[in-house]
Amino acid sequence: MNTDREHLIDLLRAMVRIRRFEERCAELYQAEKIRGFLHLYIGEEAVAVGVMSALRPDDAVVATYREHGHALAKGVEAGPIMAEMYGKLEGTSRGRGGSMHLFDAEHRFYGGNAIVAGGLPLAVGLALADHMMDRDRVSVVFFGEGAMAEGEFHEALNLASLWNLPVLFCCENNLYAMGTALERSQAQTQLALRASAYGVSAWAVDGMDVMAVEEAAVRAVEGVRAGGGPHFLEFQTYRFRPHSMFDPELYRDKAEVAAWKERDPIPALEQHLRALDLITDADMAEMEAAVAAEVDAAVAFAEAGTWESVDDLTRFVHSEEVSV
Amino acid sequence: MTTTTDVRTLTYREAVREAIRHAMQTDERVFLMGEDIGMYGGCYAVSKGLLDEFGPERIRDTPLSEAGFVGAGIGAALGGMRPIVELMTINFSLLALDQIVNTAALYLHMSGGQFNVPVVIRMPTGAGRQVAAQHSHSFESWYANVPGLKVASPATIEDARWMLWTALEDPDPVVIFEHVGLYAMSGELGNDAGPTPLDGAAVRRSGSDVTIVTYGGNVPKALSAADSLADDGISAEVLDLRMLRPLDTGSILYSVSRTHRLVVVDEAWKSVSVAAEVIASVAEHALWELDAPPARVCTVEAPIPYAQHMEEAALPQPAGIVRAVKSVLGR
Repeated sequence: MNTDREHLIDLLRAMVRIRRFEERCAELYQAEKIRGFLHLYIGEEAVAVGVMSALRPDDAVVATYREHGHALAKGVEAGPIMAEMYGKLEGTSRGRGGSMHLFDAEHRFYGGNAIVAGGLPLAVGLALADHMMDRDRVSVVFFGEGAMAEGEFHEALNLASLWNLPVLFCCENNLYAMGTALERSQAQTQLALRASAYGVSAWAVDGMDVMAVEEAAVRAVEGVRAGGGPHFLEFQTYRFRPHSMFDPELYRDKAEVAAWKERDPIPALEQHLRALDLITDADMAEMEAAVAAEVDAAVAFAEAGTWESVDDLTRFVHSEEVSV
Repeated sequence: MTTTTDVRTLTYREAVREAIRHAMQTDERVFLMGEDIGMYGGCYAVSKGLLDEFGPERIRDTPLSEAGFVGAGIGAALGGMRPIVELMTINFSLLALDQIVNTAALYLHMSGGQFNVPVVIRMPTGAGRQVAAQHSHSFESWYANVPGLKVASPATIEDARWMLWTALEDPDPVVIFEHVGLYAMSGELGNDAGPTPLDGAAVRRSGSDVTIVTYGGNVPKALSAADSLADDGISAEVLDLRMLRPLDTGSILYSVSRTHRLVVVDEAWKSVSVAAEVIASVAEHALWELDAPPARVCTVEAPIPYAQHMEEAALPQPAGIVRAVKSVLGR
């Protein structure tokens, strides 16, 4: 794997960018600038950053309702993401989707699917199209461990494996399906074992270590591109914040949260870089300042945005042009 | 003058098969996917022979995974293909409702116009074959309720042959319902027939005393009833909706404004049905055109039984349509 200083700093910056962006989102939610559901990815950043680092720009990503980090890491600009959360026309989805439904055709970012496991068959289909059109692209789908109890998970894995399709299944196991713990809801909690039952190469990865994530993703993507069929990675991770802004967190204790915060992927990488003398206080300050400026600019972009005309409510129920 | 070279005779099943074959010969992005469509030849033999002609990549047998393969069809459409996804029957489509509604129908609007889904989903619908409650549903109205979908109900040989073409040209999801009672129906197809737009109802029989609005497998029943009514001196117009979404309200109102009487025949359960929507539209826009309260002939609100006499009693039948028309006419 790539252990260049510049590359490691890029990974750190990408995680810090997601963290600071979402911390601002939480503030803006309290300020009632952002409404509806808001699911924060804080604590899980290493997964999106490490996986995206292994992809090419023309690879597709299908994500869940907890997808701000994936969109940012895939290259979607912060401004339109923030504007989307404000419900503004300049948002990624004209303000129609909000936090849960970020879309970007240019970056092949297919949502923002807020039906648990609903994105898996979609990713299989994107990969089927690539297979049938003989295109060298990978479709990556992110989902939580809760999705592995859904029928669509099993249908999608079976189809992808049966047809040997170029799909990378990325399970973000943060231990809780909203408030239901994995061991309280699934009989076999060894997730990679279950995926491997479909003849899919599958293994578990420390999702709090961005370098481990990247290394696994590179290996898996190489396997997919080499014609090895779908791969499955279980990223063992943890969300530091509640499920959504409405969650009183009655189902897990503070000691558990605190223990996982000890493994925060951002300080972990920073300390690694410092131990190798690859980063200085000045570097960190510069990085934080640049990220803060980007987040400020995103908020300003959202604030300056406009509201879609209600006259356009029925626009795009159907396509406006026939694209035969 | 019509000569034998201007028309040919084929079944509804053959017309659908010809439509699929034509689309696949014309556009390499088109492929067919579904349960038992390949080796088996299709549950209703629609795709018989196509595997030999096009091979297993494009005549793609799927496992019993309705949500999985419908979702994969949607994803393939997003990826640039033009999939025809066949669900073995409407009954099993309930297992794929999430994908059809939450993905296919919503993605374009929810993405702010970025992601259109050019998928065609075909499925047999309806009852009348003594296959009991779980295999006899008519849920077209569920799909017709959803903005973002277009819902087609071909009832003639010509529509069976040509609606698919237009559906595949459409940039958005189209759901096509083929009534199980129509597959064996034989009829003439003009050699000059061609692509038909996915809008607009069609008058299948002109009349002046009453409008019978129907669709799909009940069009032949309505026409049969109209024949009987003619013997009694009643001139019934039969309007085939063809599309359940968008609904061609204009054609309904136009017909009713001439006949002033309305009977709607729908194989769904009456409550919250397409028939209810038709009558609501007339009530909203042309209530004063009606000389009598409208009537509905629908399936009795009970699960459809196996025993033949019970099933016949549950479903709309020509005799019941005749009775409803006479009642509306006060005769």
